[in-house]
Amino acid sequence: MENLHIVASAKTPEVLFDSETGVLLLKGRSIPENSIEFYKPLNDWIDSYASKPSTTTCIDMKLEYFNTSSSKCILDLFKKLEKLDGTTVSVNWYFEEDDEDMEEAGEDYQAIIKLPFKMIEVEEI
Amino acid sequence: MEEENVILSFKGIVTSELLTSVLHIMEAKMDSLQEAPRTRKKVFNVLVECLQNLYHHVDETPLLFSKEVIERKSALVLIVKEQDHFIIRTGNYIDNKKAKDLQEKLNIINSMNKDELREYYQLSLNNAMVSNKGTAGLGLIDIARKSGNKLDFEFLTINEESSFFCLNVKID
Repeated sequence: MENLHIVASAKTPEVLFDSETGVLLLKGRSIPENSIEFYKPLNDWIDSYASKPSTTTCIDMKLEYFNTSSSKCILDLFKKLEKLDGTTVSVNWYFEEDDEDMEEAGEDYQAIIKLPFKMIEVEEI
Repeated sequence: MEEENVILSFKGIVTSELLTSVLHIMEAKMDSLQEAPRTRKKVFNVLVECLQNLYHHVDETPLLFSKEVIERKSALVLIVKEQDHFIIRTGNYIDNKKAKDLQEKLNIINSMNKDELREYYQLSLNNAMVSNKGTAGLGLIDIARKSGNKLDFEFLTINEESSFFCLNVKID
């Protein structure tokens, strides 16, 4: 299947979903007024990926900002990953030094989603 | 007066393009003010939610733009920098019917401490349904969490149908 690549914009993150390696990347900011539209192709891609996933699937969340409209879409994305069969799924949640809000946001998802989360502090995302 | 501390202010209809420009300008200003990354992010985050609340909750644009309609759909935004904190102020007209629910929600949020807010957010996030407009009902909870302060608000009654809603968010 084809990889999914979306170039970042002022309000949306870069997306790079690789079906072969099972590495899914979201990087940048996710602050569109209506996030449903933006997240639809990501959800669709995961639906197709579900039929033939890589042995491991890892989503790298490298977000600088996200709004509450996106927060629900991100949760739905995690819920889709949670349901994948035949692959070991994990989440890498990146946050910048001193960004306790982003760290807490990762912990919020961790509290809701039953996937292993790795919290990774970096100097700059 | 606080006027000299105003970093940015505008009055008008909040469109997607306006939102993009305001965020862009604000980021540049924060850069030039050399704010700590922590403050910069908090202000930016709260501003995004405040502006998007204005964008989504000012009712559907009517086909006819009379002067009065434009006035009613306009919102006010003021960003002020005090010595050790920022204040984001917004004002918009609201139907009295909606004002009641909003006031209740704000009172609930203000009655909560940090941990309770966090729990409330997680619960709301997990149960949220995203509307067609892309709203999830999480904006004010998020604003309260990120600001770390109680939300200061006021409803000024205009007439039987509508009020003017003022929200002041203080970010340390």
